[in-house]
Amino acid sequence: MAARVLVGVKRVIDYAVKIRVKPDNTGVVTDGVKHSMNPFCEIAVEEAVRLKEKKLVKEVVAVSCGPQQVQETIRTALAMGADRGIHVEVSGKDYDSLGPLQVSKILAALAKKEEASLIILGKQAIDDDCNQTGQMTAALLDWPQGTFASEVAVEGDKLKVIREVDGGLETIKINLPAVVTADLRLNTPRYATLPNIMKAKKKKITNVKPGDLGVDLTSRLEVLRVDEPPQRQAGVKVETVEDLVGKLKEAGRI
Amino acid sequence: MACALVRSALRRKPPLQPAGADRRRYSLRSGTLERAIAAFRSVSGDEGVSLGEAVREQHGRDESVHKCRPPDVVVFPRCVEEVSALAKICHQYQLPIIPFGTGTGLEGGVGALKGGVCFSLRNMDEVLDLHQEDFDVTVEPGVTRKALNSYLRGTGLWFPIDPGADASLCGMAATSASGTNAVRYGTMRENVLNLEVVLADGSVFHTAGRGRRPRKTSAGYNLTNLFVGSEGTLGILTKATLRLYGIPESMVSAVCSFPSVQAAVDSTVQILQTGVPIARIEFLDDVMIGACNRFNSLSYPVTPTLFLEFHGSSKSLEEQVSITEEITRENGGGDFAWAEDEEMRARLWKARHDAWYAAQALRPGCKAYSTDVCVPLSCLPQIIVETKEDLMRNHLTGPIAGHVGDGNFHCIMVLDPDDPDEVQRVHEFTERLARRALAMDGTCTGEHGVGLGKRTLLREELGPQAMEVMQRLKATLDPKNLMNPGKVL
Repeated sequence: MAARVLVGVKRVIDYAVKIRVKPDNTGVVTDGVKHSMNPFCEIAVEEAVRLKEKKLVKEVVAVSCGPQQVQETIRTALAMGADRGIHVEVSGKDYDSLGPLQVSKILAALAKKEEASLIILGKQAIDDDCNQTGQMTAALLDWPQGTFASEVAVEGDKLKVIREVDGGLETIKINLPAVVTADLRLNTPRYATLPNIMKAKKKKITNVKPGDLGVDLTSRLEVLRVDEPPQRQAGVKVETVEDLVGKLKEAGRI
Repeated sequence: MACALVRSALRRKPPLQPAGADRRRYSLRSGTLERAIAAFRSVSGDEGVSLGEAVREQHGRDESVHKCRPPDVVVFPRCVEEVSALAKICHQYQLPIIPFGTGTGLEGGVGALKGGVCFSLRNMDEVLDLHQEDFDVTVEPGVTRKALNSYLRGTGLWFPIDPGADASLCGMAATSASGTNAVRYGTMRENVLNLEVVLADGSVFHTAGRGRRPRKTSAGYNLTNLFVGSEGTLGILTKATLRLYGIPESMVSAVCSFPSVQAAVDSTVQILQTGVPIARIEFLDDVMIGACNRFNSLSYPVTPTLFLEFHGSSKSLEEQVSITEEITRENGGGDFAWAEDEEMRARLWKARHDAWYAAQALRPGCKAYSTDVCVPLSCLPQIIVETKEDLMRNHLTGPIAGHVGDGNFHCIMVLDPDDPDEVQRVHEFTERLARRALAMDGTCTGEHGVGLGKRTLLREELGPQAMEVMQRLKATLDPKNLMNPGKVL
């Protein structure tokens, strides 16, 4: 069975925060805004920890890419039960333009270096909604992928994954090593308790640079502009059907 | 409560009163309201003031059976300075002020009986000043208990008080709310360290001093707990500093069936007397269990049942559980049905949390009203047994669910609001129940508050001298009786 699981955790703006676009339309305001672990990454960590509790894996390693602050996110994963962490240092402009392609190259390199046989990621991040990192990582490693997983079961040296798809649920069996991405109903993540947070402070986090992994961080994408969605306009009440038709004609709709 | 139902049943569901009808309840020189509204707009902008009928109706009702009493206008302040400015305008024009959190109260506390201005505080929704090492946090009124616990989820801390609804924390402070955890963590009275209050004349102050949050104090009068439970009749709560707890390392839940009400309640009393720090101990009678089984497609034995939850380290849980099992077994209790992981525990507790809806599903088309008496523990067996006999004698549907660990239980009365006879019988039953509790040194309301329907019972409970003191405090802090008039006193 898989000895080592790699779990990717991303630090994002907390889901409950009201997002505001920067006045220069280059992005959203992140300074002083509450950040936390991407909710789908929490589900991924929970699944990995449960596999360890069932003694199906030996070690859970939490990975995050970014500046110093992502260490908090790694610590949360450690408090949930991950054994150790890897902080891939990316900052400044590189961090601003960091996207799924670069992250999947990093994860692929780490998977080889750490001899991981299972990677569990959240299906997507709530800031960019890309839903690409898991798929790209599997492709780079030439591993099978079980994405949008709502259930994962170990069957010998294979994984049975039940996927949430538009038409319902699809059950697949994939060989290990593999990449799994977690969907909402996979599990309910545990809250980190104080004793576990204290224990997590003693767990190790190693620092790694993308260069050490042979990864080029150049982005092939350029963000041109970020805008808020258009403000909702007030509606107009009309008294009769004739008025309605009249107004629609005025607006050139009919 | 039931008085309102009697009246409405006899009138066969009167229509919603338009704003004009309410306005005549207090004398207003013509144009006063218009001038006040113009002043409100200059403080909160056009978006911060609403005269829309739907918005007013939404802010004139809560989750009780009391009929909707919409205010004349709803304002949406964004900060305490706006609250103060708006209150000053109300004070100048003598307009009633009704604070509004989430509208999830159960005693009709937000009804604008005399019209006036509803202060909807939902836009003030920041979590301020979390101090993890000190176990305290300050919140604005728009923050609900679930939102706070979600905010805290990475810190290992939580705010355990959990009334049924996802209520505003300041609203919970205003009604001195409690939850299933009170037996271990206390109610709002024990867990509010400081409040920022805006009085009827717009003045702002902090009950324990600005920014102060020591875990204990003996400085001056306990103003914090004067306002906890004041139900909007003394001031508007615009900030609350709350006591937090560590999320327990482990939680384990269990369900245990008993041959009789007496056995279940005796077990409760004995469990508490042994000093087991039980986190939740909830009682459901056979009618309630039957309803839950039907509603959630479960198959618990249809007899009096206890739902238990233990918090602690895994070692301490073992000990707590073994002591508890011994007690329940001695009282004829059945085997424990266990739940350890998050999802199983959630399923187990869903049955209890859905009790309100499960009860209503017993008689579709009917309304539900919850009684809320609380008595000293030693009186619990007697009052529950007597209450069940009363229900059966009078052919009333009243499944019982309750926080027996606090001596508090709810009869969820399911009744047809259009049947004046049933309404009358329910009304009389609830009065008998309240007086039964008062006779046992208890209270007519353990956690829901007095609101509109229990003012007479409050007078009986406290007696004329205490009522007099409360009236004098009210007259001092709110001489024009603008703060939520017609409630509590």
